[in-house]
Amino acid sequence: MIISIASGKGGTGKTTVATNLAAALNGRAELLDCDVEEPNAHLFLHPVIAREETVAIPVPLVDESRCTLCKKCAAICRFNALAVVGRQVLIFPELCHGCGGCLLVCPEDAITETGREVGAVRLGRSGAVGFIDGRLRVGEAMSPPLIKRVRAAADPERITLIDAPPGTSCPVIAAMHGADFVVLVTEPTPFGLHDLKLAVEAVRLLGIPAGLVVNRADLGDDAVFRYAESEGLPLLLAIPFDRHIAEAYSRGQLIVDALPDWRQRFVELYQQIDTIVCRNTTTCANSSSSAAKAAPARPA
Amino acid sequence: MKVAVTAKGALLDSEVDPRFGRAPYILIVDTDTMAVEAVDNSSNVNAFKGAGIQAAAMVSDKGAQVLMTGYCGPKAFATLAAGGVKVVSDVGGKVREAVAALKAGTVTYASAPNKEAHW
Repeated sequence: MIISIASGKGGTGKTTVATNLAAALNGRAELLDCDVEEPNAHLFLHPVIAREETVAIPVPLVDESRCTLCKKCAAICRFNALAVVGRQVLIFPELCHGCGGCLLVCPEDAITETGREVGAVRLGRSGAVGFIDGRLRVGEAMSPPLIKRVRAAADPERITLIDAPPGTSCPVIAAMHGADFVVLVTEPTPFGLHDLKLAVEAVRLLGIPAGLVVNRADLGDDAVFRYAESEGLPLLLAIPFDRHIAEAYSRGQLIVDALPDWRQRFVELYQQIDTIVCRNTTTCANSSSSAAKAAPARPA
Repeated sequence: MKVAVTAKGALLDSEVDPRFGRAPYILIVDTDTMAVEAVDNSSNVNAFKGAGIQAAAMVSDKGAQVLMTGYCGPKAFATLAAGGVKVVSDVGGKVREAVAALKAGTVTYASAPNKEAHW
């Protein structure tokens, strides 16, 4: 079972939901912090890191003695990472997405690949909860390759909980693609509603069942709730704007630890998700039914 | 000598477009005959990434020795340098006026990009 916790708007409580759900499920779950531009799940789970691996993506290297300046490599690159100018091939590694297309089309076999570091993956555990996060190299703009590496490190025997980045762009798609369920976290404000609509559209394009968690649920207005009802988006959990929750958060504490009543509520959140996923799957033997699912494909 | 000028239209009397990679037209002007080849840059206007790189490679391929534009970023500048194209930035007014200034020798060539890279 792979569950992505996403939102259109930032700061709605994705990490709060993801980390508390992970802690409530204890050793059954593994948390993947895929918000690699600013990972923060470690601030609440306080994991012990066992190892760290550098992640590099392949970028082209041109052998000028073999190159005939035919420009096929530049023509196939939709990111314009290669340009043939005068008598040379210029390479802009920061634009390269590492697809390998230039290598395939080169008729002279003049292109090989070399690595460019984009960040690191850390693996560890927080008590019995598995923990993996990705940290994008400072100055790096392209996060999907790193997000894919974080996901590739997941233990297929456990419930995978993905803390996704905010928004609806490529990094978010990389964090949702291939998931069995998406939990959308929002707040009942006009901004929260606006960006929730964008997120719902993205999730529907991917064809993944989704449900809603409303955070700070007693603030704002009821437009988010009306929208969810009209769209058939199940409301899975409402978290109030509560001083005790805010205080725990500010100390890097989990809600399920500071306010033990909440542990059961997060377990029930998972049970609701499991029921919905099983209803949609004809052969749902157990929670890890999707473990053998193919690795997510490269997002646009 | 050929000079490339970024423009809002296809004519010598069009305004210079301050953007390089995403200008609607790039005019290749022969400074001797004032003959104009207007290159439609619209495919680049909506480029995903690297519009400046594409435009720079095109300018070099057209045999221009000078590019006149408003802003030129680091990747475009590097590409132009590789093609031996000199850059005059902060150019405004009409294309005709820009070319006249170049012919009169009253322009300064840029030694560095004058715009941050886009992401």
